[in-house]
Amino acid sequence: MKMKRTVLAAALLALATGSAQAQVSGGVVKIGVLNDQSGLYADLTGQGSVVAARMAVEDFGAAKKGMKVEIVFADHQNKPDVGSQIARKWYDSEGVDAIVDVPTSSVALAINEITKEKGKVFIVSGAATSDLTGKACSPNTVHWTYDTWALANGTANAVVKTGGNTWFFLTADYAFGHALERDVEAVVLKNGGKVLGKVRHPFPGTDFSSFLLQAQASKAKIIGLANAGGDTINSIKQAAEFGIVKGGQNLAGLLVFLNDVHALGLDKAQGLVFTETFYWDLNDQTRAFAKRFAAQHKGAHPNMIHAGVYAGVLHYLKAIEALKSDEGGKVVAKMKELPTDDPLFGKGTIRADGRKVHPAYLVEVKTPAESKGPWDYYKVRATIPADQAFRPLKDGGCSLVK
Amino acid sequence: MDTIFGVPTQALFGQLLIGLINGSFYALLSLGLAVIFGLLNIINFTHGAQYMMGAFCAWFLLNKLGVGYWWSLILAPLAVGAFGMLIERTMLKQLYKLDHLYGLLLTFGLALIIQGMFRHEFGSTGQPYAVPKELAGGQNLGFMYLPNYRAWVIVASLITCLATWFVIERTKLGAYLRAATENPALVQAFGINVPRMITLTYGFGVALAGFAGVMAAPIYQVNPLMGADLIIVVFAVVVIGGMGSILGAIVTGFGLGVIEGLTKVFYPEASNTVIFIVMAIVLMIKPAGLFGAQK
Repeated sequence: MKMKRTVLAAALLALATGSAQAQVSGGVVKIGVLNDQSGLYADLTGQGSVVAARMAVEDFGAAKKGMKVEIVFADHQNKPDVGSQIARKWYDSEGVDAIVDVPTSSVALAINEITKEKGKVFIVSGAATSDLTGKACSPNTVHWTYDTWALANGTANAVVKTGGNTWFFLTADYAFGHALERDVEAVVLKNGGKVLGKVRHPFPGTDFSSFLLQAQASKAKIIGLANAGGDTINSIKQAAEFGIVKGGQNLAGLLVFLNDVHALGLDKAQGLVFTETFYWDLNDQTRAFAKRFAAQHKGAHPNMIHAGVYAGVLHYLKAIEALKSDEGGKVVAKMKELPTDDPLFGKGTIRADGRKVHPAYLVEVKTPAESKGPWDYYKVRATIPADQAFRPLKDGGCSLVK
Repeated sequence: MDTIFGVPTQALFGQLLIGLINGSFYALLSLGLAVIFGLLNIINFTHGAQYMMGAFCAWFLLNKLGVGYWWSLILAPLAVGAFGMLIERTMLKQLYKLDHLYGLLLTFGLALIIQGMFRHEFGSTGQPYAVPKELAGGQNLGFMYLPNYRAWVIVASLITCLATWFVIERTKLGAYLRAATENPALVQAFGINVPRMITLTYGFGVALAGFAGVMAAPIYQVNPLMGADLIIVVFAVVVIGGMGSILGAIVTGFGLGVIEGLTKVFYPEASNTVIFIVMAIVLMIKPAGLFGAQK
């Protein structure tokens, strides 16, 4: 009899612990970093984002808290079909609970839909299109780092106000370029500026001289580069070659990253003004993060995408801890409910439309004389407070906002 | 001002010139491919990687050894060519008796490995390489500002292409080469070392890719993927010109550069595809390519 009771108790106990574990699917929180591991955005995202995600798991103290967290990664080659295939495989058969990063807006929009359909979590850091929290917004998506609206608001406002009131766009011909061009154009027009022309170049491109010549002929004061990564680097380099800046026209790099400046060299990049939401040399905490990051990533310093992956993963894990479950929709709701607090972006919030808000910085690239060495590249010219840095909630057209 | 389809004629001149500059790279690269295919029957898919290696060689010479652009123009092609000969001796040689496809697969695999190694070491954003100071600045031509370096690209590429064509089609050495590919046994019987000649020819074709790489370094970022972006277009150029036709490679290289340049004015979105449209049309009308001989 006694024996029977013991067995029953053991069985009950097993059942109880079993159900407690079942709240975290498979007993492990599996996070997939999906980005460009081999193409033109690989240095901006790539392994750096994987390093950042691992650092977040470490700093969260997952091991001490008894939470099992696993990071996996894959290369979407900047192709929506490749990215979608990986996402479905991850969600359907490999137990991935959340996908993070995903640069290249066309890919991110596809993952956004799949994540919603599967009821998982999508934390965007790399992609730029403001549609992710606008007409394509989803209850399963958080857009962390930056977006095209914020870039336009920061950079275009500053440029138009200092006299750059006629624009010509050099736009990467896909979702990201179109969104950036649209958002910047709106800011230019709102401030009384004019758009004299635009040209859409194939993505990725190599030779931009033909397009630059068209921009030159337009006589616009500002040539807006609505592209990213290698495309922006080559545009800036070739604009210098064709004497565009010497001829009195100015370039506005609408999305420039720390790594792009590193690759261009300060003699070519100096004086460029653009918007970032993170710079490694902002304060002691960001410097400490950069030092640890660089040690694990061949000396390269983190850019805002890497920072966003770190902060996004950290907050995601905090939400799971609070909720004691990793069920997609509920975790994102919890992420929105909890205020965010991390060493890189400081205190912030996530809005109903999935937009994470924090301050943005208008930075200017230092001259070679001002820079103390590699990675010391920016002067912060202005800080745009969190409540002004992103598109007002009511203007996005997101169906989650009532 | 006069206009053609709404584009001022002066602007059109500028675009034509830019097309010629881009065509110079197509011509240089497709020339190397045509030499290798025409004489050795190898479809050299490592060509893009070898072009990238040329650019990295120049970067390495400048930044690690302080050797400037002009010496790089000689040293980098030699180094890349030597690397090519090593590949030919150790690997490609084994495949001559087999179908073309085996050579293609081997060279394609090698290209992926080489690119992967460079990307691992140098990252994907690439390294800057400055325009040599003798060629800095530019000329105002009235209808456009032509950077001196770009003018040099056209001149150097034309000279290289014509010299190559002359050596292969008009000299005794070229005659030996062509004979050796037609009938190696007979040429060997005349006391000519055919395998060595083949190795040197492959090395030369590869060196041309390295040369184009050095020429490209100051214009584009020195980037592990620079060859991968270009190689597909260059293959289309070779197919349009006629596989193995040296004159065909040169003429179509420049010609397609111009066509692509004009597309960038009238319908920029299609500028990446226009070359493949031309390829499809040419293949339908002349399957052997514009200058290719039907075998």
